[in-house]
Amino acid sequence: MQLTDAERALCDGSEGKAKQKAMDLLIRYGEALGAERFVNTTNVAGVPGYYNPVLLDYYKVTAEDAYDVIYSRFDLDSDEVVEVPRMMVNSCALQGGVDAEGWQTLGKSIDALRMSETSEAASAARGIRILKTCTPYLAGNVPVQGEHCAWMESSAVVYCNSVLGARTNTEGRESTSAAMLTGKIPDFGFHRDQNRCATHHIEVEVEVASLMDWGMLGYFIGATVGEHIPVVTGRFSRPELIHHKHFGAAAASSGGVEMYHLEGITPEAPTLEKALGARAPLAVIPYGKTEQQRTYDELNSKASDPNVDFVMLGCPHAALEQFREIASLLEGKRISTHCNLWLFTSRAVKGEADALGYTKVIRAAGGAVLTDTCSSIAQAIPPGTKVAALDSAKQTHYLPAIMGIQAWFGSTADCIDAALTGRWNGRRP
Amino acid sequence: MNATVVNQQQIITLRGRKVVGGYAAGEALVTKDTISGWGGINPMTGTVIETRHELRGQTFKDKILVFPGAKGSSGWSAAFHLTRLTGMAPKAFVFNEMTTKIALGAVVMRIPSVTDLDQDPLQVIQTGDWVIVDGDRGIVEVRRPALRG
Repeated sequence: MQLTDAERALCDGSEGKAKQKAMDLLIRYGEALGAERFVNTTNVAGVPGYYNPVLLDYYKVTAEDAYDVIYSRFDLDSDEVVEVPRMMVNSCALQGGVDAEGWQTLGKSIDALRMSETSEAASAARGIRILKTCTPYLAGNVPVQGEHCAWMESSAVVYCNSVLGARTNTEGRESTSAAMLTGKIPDFGFHRDQNRCATHHIEVEVEVASLMDWGMLGYFIGATVGEHIPVVTGRFSRPELIHHKHFGAAAASSGGVEMYHLEGITPEAPTLEKALGARAPLAVIPYGKTEQQRTYDELNSKASDPNVDFVMLGCPHAALEQFREIASLLEGKRISTHCNLWLFTSRAVKGEADALGYTKVIRAAGGAVLTDTCSSIAQAIPPGTKVAALDSAKQTHYLPAIMGIQAWFGSTADCIDAALTGRWNGRRP
Repeated sequence: MNATVVNQQQIITLRGRKVVGGYAAGEALVTKDTISGWGGINPMTGTVIETRHELRGQTFKDKILVFPGAKGSSGWSAAFHLTRLTGMAPKAFVFNEMTTKIALGAVVMRIPSVTDLDQDPLQVIQTGDWVIVDGDRGIVEVRRPALRG
């Protein structure tokens, strides 16, 4: 790789050992990719120095002494333990496995809580923002158009590229931890103009308006285009933030979509031609009633028992407007004694929901409001859960496989109805 | 196809590009399905767990893993990185599609890895073949008993 003088200074250790080790990893990574240089990144989102029992055991350290060891040896893939200094660029910590307030609801041990808190405090001491969410863009970290980012979390990556017009590849734990220390990431993939154009054209022939509609469309597109870049045209109404959130998360989980264009809506798609970069699409794919129903059936193929004992909302982490809808559906009612309802969000959004009284309404109805994690990440569901109801195509993709349960997919209102009645009454579109 | 027969063994050579250097020899495990890291494998047992994956329940420990590439969560590299710690890692990667997930995963696992091969490894290599991966030279050599004519 070609290095600038400033990058060479990072490599030769004159800026400290940790940055040297970070550059060593980033150069190996860049060479593996076939990249020729780095870009300067000013916005990094990852899971720096996160502890888990396997890592503590392998490196034979206690939680109190683990941060530098785990950051050096696992995150930076260094054989030598180095002292980890303050981060060089705007860096934030994404979702983890424990909610400090609701850890008992999640069934976590006090040890797991302490482990998470110790790691979090060590990150904070190094200047890392503790956002603890898969939606950093709802928690105060909003990159600007064209900004080079280094983000983990596939649903955040696709939002960053598509909705914000910022630039990131799907980075991993090791590359983000190295980028936090150096502000460098390989110049590859979505950092380059020519790799951001659409390759597949999706023509929507059925009305797409609700959160559920957008989730199904995203799930269909991901399964259809895989890792490619779709441009979508046709019969959809202008999506709000939460529609982008569920659409992108679904497309990133059923396939590997890291960027999409919506004609006339997303920043790099003023027209279909611009989105395609003046090239012909590799395929033109219709999305009509048949495709929509097939997607609904596919998402609901993992459930047969109509008795629902768990409703999980907030994947990706709920926005305030979702709180408003959920609270209004639950106001003055009680969740079935046979059912649990968990709503996951970020600490930032929960603060707002608390202030507006939504959290109180949801808790009064018997629901739990939890932060930092979700059922898939924490591998946590209420004891005895057999059948879940979900309003997220992404969570429906993961949770049944991870926890070995059934899961229904539908609208937020379908899910709240299931929580109140203990029965699934969702209807096929 | 670049193939020769030596001592009753058919030897096929594929040439590509180094991703990670190093040398490894072992039995091939071949799949036409892309592989998920987080949520797709169990790093403690070295097995594929994804529902409907053709390798579901099979172990890749000490195998030369031949596959199209990586998919799924950004936790790909960390999940495969853990297999290095648990002793459940494959010996080498031979794959078709370069992504940030697989590049970072191969780097932190420190296993020889090769891509951009002049023949499709998914067509040429079969599960059970003896495969030698020379990461630095970007060469994959496949050995199997020659068919008697």
